[in-house]
Amino acid sequence: MEVVGEEDGDTEGKRKNGHSKKEEKKEDNERGEKVQKKKKNKRIETSSEQESSEEVEDEVEEEGEEKPEVLSPEELEKLKEAVDERKKRISTLRGKPWPMRKKLLTLRESHEFVEKYEGALGKGKSRKLYAYKVMMLKKWMKFQRDFENFKTACVPWEMKIKEIESHFGSSVASYFIFLRWMYGINMILFGLTFGLVMVPEALMGRPYGSMPRKTVPRAEEANAMDFAVLWDFGGYAQYSVLFYGYYNSQRAIGWLKFRMPLSYFLVGVGTVAYSYMVVIRTMARNANEDGGGDDNSFNFSWKMFTSWDYLIGNPETADNKFASITTSFKEAILEEQESRKDDNIHLTRFLRVLANFLVLCCLAGSGYLIYFVVRRSQKFALEGLESHSWWERNEVNMVMSLLGMFCPMLFDVISALENYHPRIALQWQLGRIFALFLGNLYTFIIALMDEINLKREEEEVLKLNMTIWEASLYNGTLGANSTAPPITVHPADIPRGPCWETMVGQEFVRLIVSDTMTTYITLLIGDFLRAVLVRFLNYCWCWDLEAGFPSYSEFDVSGNVLGLIFNQGMIWMGAFYAPCLPALNVLRLHVSMYLQCWAVMCCNVPQERVFKASGSNNFYMAMLLVILFLSTLPAIYTIVTIPPSFDCGPFSGKSRMFDVIQETLESDFPAWFGKMFSYASNPGLVLPFLLLMVLAIYYLQSTSKSYKQANLELKKKLQTGPTADLHAAEQNEENKKKKKMAALKAAMDLEEAQNARSEAPRQQRNNNASQQSYRDRGEKKGGEHRAHQGKSNHQIPPSATRPPAPRGHGLPGPLPGNQRQPAPSVQRVPNSQRH
Amino acid sequence: MGNKQTIFTDEQFEAYQDCTFFTRKEILQLHGRFHELAPHLVPLDYTNQPDIRLPLALIVSMPELKENPFRNRIVEVFSEDGQGNLSFNDFVDMFSALCETAPRELKTIYAFKIYDFNVDNFLCKEDLEKTLNRLTKGELTPEEVNLVCSKAIEEADLDGDSKLSFSDFENMISKAPDFLSTFHLRI
Repeated sequence: MEVVGEEDGDTEGKRKNGHSKKEEKKEDNERGEKVQKKKKNKRIETSSEQESSEEVEDEVEEEGEEKPEVLSPEELEKLKEAVDERKKRISTLRGKPWPMRKKLLTLRESHEFVEKYEGALGKGKSRKLYAYKVMMLKKWMKFQRDFENFKTACVPWEMKIKEIESHFGSSVASYFIFLRWMYGINMILFGLTFGLVMVPEALMGRPYGSMPRKTVPRAEEANAMDFAVLWDFGGYAQYSVLFYGYYNSQRAIGWLKFRMPLSYFLVGVGTVAYSYMVVIRTMARNANEDGGGDDNSFNFSWKMFTSWDYLIGNPETADNKFASITTSFKEAILEEQESRKDDNIHLTRFLRVLANFLVLCCLAGSGYLIYFVVRRSQKFALEGLESHSWWERNEVNMVMSLLGMFCPMLFDVISALENYHPRIALQWQLGRIFALFLGNLYTFIIALMDEINLKREEEEVLKLNMTIWEASLYNGTLGANSTAPPITVHPADIPRGPCWETMVGQEFVRLIVSDTMTTYITLLIGDFLRAVLVRFLNYCWCWDLEAGFPSYSEFDVSGNVLGLIFNQGMIWMGAFYAPCLPALNVLRLHVSMYLQCWAVMCCNVPQERVFKASGSNNFYMAMLLVILFLSTLPAIYTIVTIPPSFDCGPFSGKSRMFDVIQETLESDFPAWFGKMFSYASNPGLVLPFLLLMVLAIYYLQSTSKSYKQANLELKKKLQTGPTADLHAAEQNEENKKKKKMAALKAAMDLEEAQNARSEAPRQQRNNNASQQSYRDRGEKKGGEHRAHQGKSNHQIPPSATRPPAPRGHGLPGPLPGNQRQPAPSVQRVPNSQRH
Repeated sequence: MGNKQTIFTDEQFEAYQDCTFFTRKEILQLHGRFHELAPHLVPLDYTNQPDIRLPLALIVSMPELKENPFRNRIVEVFSEDGQGNLSFNDFVDMFSALCETAPRELKTIYAFKIYDFNVDNFLCKEDLEKTLNRLTKGELTPEEVNLVCSKAIEEADLDGDSKLSFSDFENMISKAPDFLSTFHLRI
């Protein structure tokens, strides 16, 4: 703090030079002279960069010392510019490749300048406003900085990721960074669903047991608390805030008049909107870093300069990396030396077609299998679940998870037929796994839709039965219903409709739970058990297990990333019907992080050949975006087309779920708002608006293309550099000269012809002289440079001291009129120079 | 800040945050690491900006740099005297230029300096040979080394002087997909 005070005290009234010199002496006493000289040099450097501002500064300083109040408008402008420039310099200081000392010095100078003259800028009436603005800006920047500090303090697992990076390199660590990012998104989704949906219903809604939808039916009560039932998300778990069916459709609950159905709907829409926003924003940010795709024109250079991973800190990994770099170089050298003739391209093509055919068969087979299994489970459900074994009850989820586990391995084996470059093979593999997961998911959804329709038919039947049942209640008291006292029936006894929404939610939750379990068990068996076996059986086995067949497993980055993406897709799909899904996912990701970190460090070895699926990070982001879009489609479809159940959920009783918006507009907002909204949603207005947006997109697309083009051109220009520009300029100049010469010659010939006709003998000598001079000039077109020099030797210094730039410049000067006079001298000099 | 010893003044924090890509917490972390390299030399209190420099040998013993084949060059590039003696300012500067949020242009400049072993502002064949030998730990034969270096120069050299100037290097690196993720140190 002392330092600060002294600085402030010194700024006023002292020139910068003296002030900073004083600070210098305070800083280091040992190397005083050398450092001071350095500082002076630096000052020269900084001032040479921005000469105009320095001038202004000096001007203003002098004036400032004399008359701080009187500044003319132009000087004010200049001052403002100087101040803005300083501010810009401060903000771009981080990216400058200067040593830290220079940066700190520049920072201090700029700060002082800004502080000193900022006050002088606000003149007259607007002074207070200006000062206020400046203060608010400062406070805002401070707030931003504090927020940044806070954010970095919040980021979890930094040390873990660093350890993994130093052991396995950046590609494996990228998976964990992706996991952490997903965790962040899911936290926000969890916050939304928990805070705005689950908590209000739990606290302010009707309690358990007060309504039929909130009570376990009498028939199921006996085993509602069993673990098996709870694990299956039935029983008490089903009739709780975790699922759609529990929520009451009362328009406003509690003393806060919280609009529950509206909140439920908006949170559902909001989670999707937020996810879109985050993914697209991340993609846009990554798009700026995209170098320009992979082309093979810099193969060796890239291998040399970008193959070493600076994050590696572990000796074993480093050795591994050295070995893999050496292998990669040797391979590249081999490829370079022998031109590889692709013999038998037909065989390769045939094999590739065969491989794709097999893959298609696999995909079709898995799709059919899932459909079959879902049908079977419906049959089981009709017959009653108790009569079947555990496997038969959980068939669907298990089959889906097992398919997800084994099919990729199958694809891997099939791709051995194809003989592609590893990077391309990886891309094909990812594409196929993507298709597999997508196919499975959509088959699952179609099967689910069948079940939904079934449930809705059931509901119709039940509604009819309800009237009969109600009548049976009153069978003791015939007569008008209104006079009979309402017979109180316990909610558990009232027959209720099959709530298809809760069923959908349950299916998704079960799927995710079984998926999680499968992943963890595969991890434990596939990685951990394998590592244990390899390590301990190696002592008593015939061949070397560690180097030979099973060996330790490598961490499959792309498979894991895909799994994560699909998991998130299922969350997005089911979150509307089961508000507990984001919470479940947060838990799952948390556990995954620790489990996989441990597994990777304990059981995996670093990859030998590292091939990333694509150059940019946007590959996985793009997949995430596609999955986001595809998973919100079914949810949107069900919301828009299927009427909600009549007796469960926050939209019960409405004809469509989105009617809640209509209702809110009508009752909660003033009348003019509703009218305005109805005008705005008029198709006559919406269609032109959509058209306008499409046109805007097209326009922006074409301008961005043209900017890219311009960018490329500029880059090319930078590459070829000033020499090429010079060459081009020289060429231009030469061409111009030639043209001018030709034109001159033509003009002279014409004049000559005219003169010859009029004054033949008198002009003879002149013509000869001029012709000779032209001939000479024509001859020494190549030696123009020297002629120019020879002509003006005494005026301009020889080319040795002059930079090569003005080589072709200045010569085509002499006009036709002047040529005849210096002709003789021109004639003579080049002759002497030539000899 | 209660009874915590003040390591930097607020003004110093602001200055570091303006000049680097680090936040307050990271700067404190860096100071901790710098201190633990030489606890008896590096003071805990930096409020009066002591000028302590640590020699090259100490810096390259850090776990982040220990296995890096270019560790000596990295430290030399960021030292003011070119011999590898880093003050705390240089130390912070080094990690800031190599951190995740540093822009590509800055990293390219420093990468060029690091790979330029003879500090002549060009990557000539000897520089490339040295780089390659460090990368492959001498496993390649001299002919192979020669081939690779010639190929690399051929690919990237645009002005035909059979060595890579900064603009050649920048052009080549700007298209490299892996550069940003590999040229990265985490503290």
